[in-house]
Amino acid sequence: MLMGLFNYWIVVVLMMIGLYIVIAHGNLIKKIVGLTIFQTSVFIFYISMAKVDGGTAPILMANVSQYANPLPHVLILTAIVVGIATTALALALTIRIKEAYNSIEEESIQQQNKKQASVRDELDPRNDPY
Amino acid sequence: MLAHLPILQVIVPLIGAPVCVLLSRARLVWLFALIVSGLSFIVSALLLQQVLMSGTVIYELGGWDAPWGIEYRIDKLNGFLLLIISAMSTLVLFAAQTSINKEIPAEKHTHFYILYLLSLTGMLGVVVTGDAFNVFVFLEISSLSSYALIALGKDRRALWAAYQYLILGTIGATFILIGIGLMYQMTGTLNMADLAARLPEVAQTKTVFTAFAFVITGICLKLALFPLHLWLPNAYTYAPSIVTAFLAATATKVAFYLLIRFTYSVFGGSFSFTTLPLQFLFMTLGLLGIFVGSIAAIYQTNVKQIFAYSSIAQIGYMVIGFSISSVTGLTAALLHIFNHALMKGALFLALGAVMYRIGSVQINQFQGLGQQMPLTMAAILVAGLSLIGMPLTVGFVSKWYLLSALIEKGWWPVALLILIGSLLTLVYVWKIVEIAYFKPSLSTNSTVIEAPLAFLIPIWLLVIANIYFGVDTRLSVEVAHAASESLLQAQGQVRP
Repeated sequence: MLMGLFNYWIVVVLMMIGLYIVIAHGNLIKKIVGLTIFQTSVFIFYISMAKVDGGTAPILMANVSQYANPLPHVLILTAIVVGIATTALALALTIRIKEAYNSIEEESIQQQNKKQASVRDELDPRNDPY
Repeated sequence: MLAHLPILQVIVPLIGAPVCVLLSRARLVWLFALIVSGLSFIVSALLLQQVLMSGTVIYELGGWDAPWGIEYRIDKLNGFLLLIISAMSTLVLFAAQTSINKEIPAEKHTHFYILYLLSLTGMLGVVVTGDAFNVFVFLEISSLSSYALIALGKDRRALWAAYQYLILGTIGATFILIGIGLMYQMTGTLNMADLAARLPEVAQTKTVFTAFAFVITGICLKLALFPLHLWLPNAYTYAPSIVTAFLAATATKVAFYLLIRFTYSVFGGSFSFTTLPLQFLFMTLGLLGIFVGSIAAIYQTNVKQIFAYSSIAQIGYMVIGFSISSVTGLTAALLHIFNHALMKGALFLALGAVMYRIGSVQINQFQGLGQQMPLTMAAILVAGLSLIGMPLTVGFVSKWYLLSALIEKGWWPVALLILIGSLLTLVYVWKIVEIAYFKPSLSTNSTVIEAPLAFLIPIWLLVIANIYFGVDTRLSVEVAHAASESLLQAQGQVRP
């Protein structure tokens, strides 16, 4: 039971680790790392699902009747591309945030946002576009 | 040509996006994007007509038969949604060139249009496709481009809002991906119609319950249903005005479409609402959304933020209509999708016009604008009344249907709460109207004049639509009613 579902256990563990990092860490890069782990666990889930007991690689051959399911692999290729795009965009945003706030810590960014919001009330609102 | 309409719906903006790079001048790119968006509007109008005349349109990509190949399937529900999305996109785009001149640096204009068209592609793709995995891919195309669009805002908080949206949006999309994987594991198919046929056999397994939970939670994150709405207010507030108008009028509608599609078509109404306590859950969340959204809106000082929170409340109304799961309730929800797009499109475009003239949308800057920008403010007034649900505006029509659906079921307390919710809407709309019409204008704004025509034309087209569809409800109600009837018919809840 335990060994038979080994892959799925790993999937669940990785998924929870990833999600935990996203929620618990204030560092933007660490959040992205967590997000990537989270997504990767789903890739493993799809790939594990494709395995057919006693099946071989899905290439037509004589004397073989059992094949692994190739479709999840193809789906995950697409999902990997989506994942890369997401990571790239998140990193690009982090660079811009670093330039704008001089920090990549959630706490510091939120403090600066709060300050910006309260300063705005005192000064002429026209100095601030929002 | 007509047989290929479903694929053209997606291909036209998809090809249009990279072509933008080849056009060097900003004005030319704008014109091109406008034409592309207009073309997809024509395609969706033709498609809806075709669906209404001869029933569901099915298109097999690359000629592969349905359960194996990807299939595009357009029925009344997504035909209606396609029309809303492409129409709103075109109207919003009309004002884009003028608006972004002031809000986005010139060298980024081409990128803006590319992202805009890609986002449009993604949304149209989500709606048009009949394949569950294809939904995920298109959803991410539209989401990734909207993160980037939001980050174009000139306030640095736009970056932070985009980052937060990215994290939550990606978690939502990955949840949907997990759910689709679990469904595939149980049924061996990704085609929605095929899934609907095969899921009932295995409906009572833990795997299917888990799949359902993942898919619905993921969609609700994208939908910004309370309490998963945290990304929305900042994203709408700090994004460039055009982006806000575009996303507010379309993005949440697409997520809501997915909610309906998965609960009614894929899992089936009886599984979603009888086996699982979805009705109670969604009604509670919808009501909470209405109250939390409206009350938060009252206390904001940034008008864009007021309407962003109001969007959360409006999503509450849609979800309540959806949770009633009767023909009238679903009709109300679909009508509210359409109406909300008209209202919020007009409101956010009008705020874009204010931003263009004043450079701020803080509420104290609105003083005296009733005299200085009479047409823009009148538009905010009418669209605001529609938001409240005044008779002779579209807002009234959908609330009327929602209330009659609730009374049909005998749920008086909910109906009462919805009316109280509308009063809260009155509070924050009045707050803006009062400042704009009854306060003398600021000395710093004395030179402000009416917004340029590029704004006024789309704004007033939307305002007129707000009134027109509030008086002559035939088209919108007919389509929404037919769509919800066919959705419930498939479940055997309504006899044909």
